[in-house]
Amino acid sequence: MDFIQISLFLALLLAAAIPMGRYLERAFALERTRMDKVFGGVEQALYKVSGIRTGDMNWKQYVVALLASNLAMAAICYLILRLQGILPGNPAGIGAMEPLLAFNTVTSFLTNTNLQHYSGETGLSYLSQMAVIMYLMFTTPATGIAAVMAFMRGVTGQSSLGNFYVDLVRAHTRLLIPLAVVVTLVLVSQGVPQTLEPAATAHTLEGVEQQIARGPVASQVAIKHLGTNGGGFFGVNSSHPFENPTPFTNVLEMLSMFVIPAALPIAFGHMAKSRKQGWILFAAMGLMFLAFLTMAYISETNGNPALAKAGLSQEMGSMEGKEVRFGIVQSALFTAVTTAATTGTVNNMHDTLTPLGGLVPLAQMMLNCVFGGDGVGMVNILMYALLAVFLAGLMVGRTPEFLGRKIEAKEMKLIALTLLVHPLIILAPSAVALATGMGSTAISNPGFHGISQVVYEFTSSAANNGSGFEGLGDNTPFWNISTGLVMLFGRYISIITMVAVAGSLLRKTPVPVTLGTLQTDSSVFLLILLATVLIVGALTFFPVVALGPVAEWLTIR
Amino acid sequence: MSTQRKTALSHDLYKRALLDSFRKLDPRVMCKNPVMFVVEAGFLITLLLAFFPTSFGGQSDPGYNAAVSLILLFTILFANFAEALAEGRGRAQADSLKKTKQDAVGRLVQKDGSVKAIPATKLRKGDLVIVEAGEMIPGDGEIVEGVASVDESAITGESAPVIKEAGGDFNSVTGGTRVVSDTIKVRITADPGESFLDRMISLVEGAKRQKTPNEIALSTLLVTLTLIFLIVCTTLLPIAGYVNAAIPMATLIALLVCLIPTTIGGLLSAIGIAGMDRVTQFHVIAKSGKAVEAAGDINTIILDKTGTITFGNRMAAAFFPVGNASEEELSLAAAQSSIFDETPEGRSIIELAKRQGVSSPVLDIPRAVGIEFRAETRMSGTLLPDGREIRKGAVDAIKAHTAEKGGQIPAELEEKMRQIATEGGTPLAVAVDERILGLIYLKDTVKPGMRERFEELRRMGIRTVMCTGDNPLTAATIAREAGVDDFVAEAKPEDKISLIKKEQAQGKLVAMTGDGTNDAPALAQADVGLAMNSGTVAAKEAANMVDLDSDPTKIIEVVAIGKQLLMTRGALTTFSIANDVAKYFAIIPAMFMLAIPQMSALNIMQLATPQSAILSALIFNAVIIPILIPLAMKGVKYVPMSASRLLGRNLALYGLGGIAAPFVGIKLIDLALVSLSLV
Repeated sequence: MDFIQISLFLALLLAAAIPMGRYLERAFALERTRMDKVFGGVEQALYKVSGIRTGDMNWKQYVVALLASNLAMAAICYLILRLQGILPGNPAGIGAMEPLLAFNTVTSFLTNTNLQHYSGETGLSYLSQMAVIMYLMFTTPATGIAAVMAFMRGVTGQSSLGNFYVDLVRAHTRLLIPLAVVVTLVLVSQGVPQTLEPAATAHTLEGVEQQIARGPVASQVAIKHLGTNGGGFFGVNSSHPFENPTPFTNVLEMLSMFVIPAALPIAFGHMAKSRKQGWILFAAMGLMFLAFLTMAYISETNGNPALAKAGLSQEMGSMEGKEVRFGIVQSALFTAVTTAATTGTVNNMHDTLTPLGGLVPLAQMMLNCVFGGDGVGMVNILMYALLAVFLAGLMVGRTPEFLGRKIEAKEMKLIALTLLVHPLIILAPSAVALATGMGSTAISNPGFHGISQVVYEFTSSAANNGSGFEGLGDNTPFWNISTGLVMLFGRYISIITMVAVAGSLLRKTPVPVTLGTLQTDSSVFLLILLATVLIVGALTFFPVVALGPVAEWLTIR
Repeated sequence: MSTQRKTALSHDLYKRALLDSFRKLDPRVMCKNPVMFVVEAGFLITLLLAFFPTSFGGQSDPGYNAAVSLILLFTILFANFAEALAEGRGRAQADSLKKTKQDAVGRLVQKDGSVKAIPATKLRKGDLVIVEAGEMIPGDGEIVEGVASVDESAITGESAPVIKEAGGDFNSVTGGTRVVSDTIKVRITADPGESFLDRMISLVEGAKRQKTPNEIALSTLLVTLTLIFLIVCTTLLPIAGYVNAAIPMATLIALLVCLIPTTIGGLLSAIGIAGMDRVTQFHVIAKSGKAVEAAGDINTIILDKTGTITFGNRMAAAFFPVGNASEEELSLAAAQSSIFDETPEGRSIIELAKRQGVSSPVLDIPRAVGIEFRAETRMSGTLLPDGREIRKGAVDAIKAHTAEKGGQIPAELEEKMRQIATEGGTPLAVAVDERILGLIYLKDTVKPGMRERFEELRRMGIRTVMCTGDNPLTAATIAREAGVDDFVAEAKPEDKISLIKKEQAQGKLVAMTGDGTNDAPALAQADVGLAMNSGTVAAKEAANMVDLDSDPTKIIEVVAIGKQLLMTRGALTTFSIANDVAKYFAIIPAMFMLAIPQMSALNIMQLATPQSAILSALIFNAVIIPILIPLAMKGVKYVPMSASRLLGRNLALYGLGGIAAPFVGIKLIDLALVSLSLV
């Protein structure tokens, strides 16, 4: 039964990703397409109103446009959060957010992380929910999609990298808004609230008055998944019955967050005019996902040995922290999907996962390329592909080349910088947090699990995932500042370096393919790619993982 | 070279390399190689800990610290030794070249016409010198007067002297070579320090070695991996401290050194030097490592037909009798006409006749007299004792000769002649007295083995294009026979350069060979230009490689060496990185086993004790360097095959091998350490 559920989900995903891949390629094509007739009117009007010049950009212009527009968004959102107490749209009368938390919140949503150090129902006014949270939930995945489109154009040798503003607008008009409307309506049909009324007041059987929080939930839940954002309307995110009432919505939410990341490699195949190339990248990510999903599922099904020793039946698996309406399989699947796609929405508490079950989300975020978030996951797997090409290319006795473009010192330097950043921004702050009282006092479960909690928090920030191991008392200046910075570095450094790589690759004269060329659309290359990700990407974290989840697993076994 | 001398030489080589490995410990030298520099820093820290075990707070085992320190020292020494050995080989070659250079004297022709002997090092560009038989040519130059045979063995190793003469394509001479006969006047074309010999010396010494583009890219990756592992190890200390798992400093350094790519880091420069050295041993002087590397990337090779693909001299391929003559009659006459003809053409006629049944005794004619070839007559032949005169030569010449003697010109002669021409051959007519017997079909012959070489190149994904001045028909015939992919007929020198530009515009890298001055622009335009040493100074200046043996087919080997160089780097990098998997499983459990006893579950190799595990991993990490030195020097085996098969092979060998080898190696070392009771 569990097997059927998982297979069905994967089949649905595939069925959605294949046409979506084709659609993405057409929707962001540089040449004129039929889609211009459908969306062109609205888009042209938007360009005119906002004074956007739609000409081609070089990589520097593209990066500057991306950074400048993101900075502007951040400034507006910070002001709204700070002033939400006196702004309209605040029926609950929620006060201004304090500066450090506001910095953390804006950074978190700006970077597509959605790490929540606040609790939505008590910390944000309706205006903030919609003008800050919802707004960024659209613009940041759009930014990510724009970046990956520029990157893929460079790698596949299109006529130019494109125009950031055009990509940003198209990501809204052609992708996120239409999809969000559909998903919202379906969610509403399943009982997810969508209202601007203040919290409802109910009288319980004991005669106590209870405030039931509600609001424009459905629309936010739709985009939090589609945009791989993850910020829940409620503090407990998608385990809340108003956010994720039924197994059907659970599957819908998983599909929403996975469809764009899963479609991107297919879109890449279309752009590269080698669909097989796209499928090889898809397969690499898919195989990793299946392995992690299996591990999470088995580990959770086997239950918690510590509780078993205490005499609690683990026949149902480890149900601590999970919703009964989802059970083990829908929870394990959700956990694997949400951290693969670096969405960060949760339908169970990751803190209470069994040690190896908890290792799964951690590891997927450490790799950050198991499909990954909208856009950035694809950028990361392509970066690993370039690295794999470099190693494998040398082994066939040629200057390494990917899709006819040589990977030389300049590209390697940028790739190297990107590779370096990820472990640095996870391990260095984790070390500081664990060594000092500033960080370690937040830990609720000392010991090996404490290491997992801290490392999870920074990994989630670095991978722009946003899920928390929770249990960490993280609304303190130390955590707000440190995770804020980690999120910023995790998001923008790789975008800048990889768009630069794209620009550099695009300028090269493509090398013709001969028998002497390394084939990157073969199963051998798939193997090399997986080995590169695992050895270069994963082994880096082996020591810390050994001290965290693995040590915990070994000691409670 | 005798075996004895060779052994003596290699003894010196090793001794010097050994000394150099210590000399290179100097941190100022070491910091050029960041990977090994980190190892040296680790060595110094553990050395300090061996004497002052409490330097970084807490207690540590001085014996263990000393052991780690010692292994690290050896790791560095092994890497230094690899580099020193590679450099030493080049230096040995340079030394013998330097000897050639010493005490050369140039006899300068002064303005008043008098001659003055000055040291060769004082000669400047444009000076005129006189060199007589037995003297050494004092510098690179061009012969402006005279013809001489020159012994170039000092540079080429080829002992047979070559003829050099003023004017034409054979006027360049190299300093350090010796005139064997006659006297020549040479205009010097290189200032001191810039001569061919000087460049060759600095090249083989590796003094001017610059990192090649691929080497820079790879070094970037290696430095990054080193930095990543530096982060991993530095942060591990506080993270482990949180669960009270104290890590001894020496163990942490051991982990770091094992993880950073020391194997490739230690061998990288040796691979580069050895790669250049392989080119030199092949008697090709590459002006930069970049050119050798580019050779591995070549997509198209442009080859001259004459001298490269074909022998250049024509060979008899068939006999065409005319009139009432039989084929036997013709072949006998043709053979007899060539008895005194020592040219390759003449030899080939006799060989063909013999193949067609003419026996050797028939050709052994005493008292026969040869008729020598003269430019005016354009005929040669043999005067038989019975008075018959057998002649062969250009068809017009024989026709004129026959007409003069009153003979008939057979009607089908013209037609046969045209037939030979369309097939791309040259006809030679044979006549006995006033009777024309027929034609010899002379054909430009493809060198044996060329077809297979081109086949090989095709498998490597390299296209060959033949360039020739011949008419399209002849060119097509030869192209078909040699199996080249494409050809350019009636090619002028400027066609070559436009062909190169056209290929390059498609993103292809082009290699070509050449020797004449009019080849120079094309040689400069090509990504890899291989000039013949026998060629002109201009050609040698323009090219980025010079073949001392003047064998144009060598370009194919140069491509293979370039590929091999890259492959060796790739293979050892993959091996080095793949090694990390086993090292993690050796060290991580060992590191934490004291604080977390359950960690022993990860000790999948069942290593005896934490200390033995760490030392075994570290020892493996050190000894793998000398084990791989021969591979780094020789390069990984290169068999021409398609990239996907090559990748499969190398991946199995160095990727999977790289994962498996340390598991076995570390376990064996651990067993050895335990049985020797060292831990």
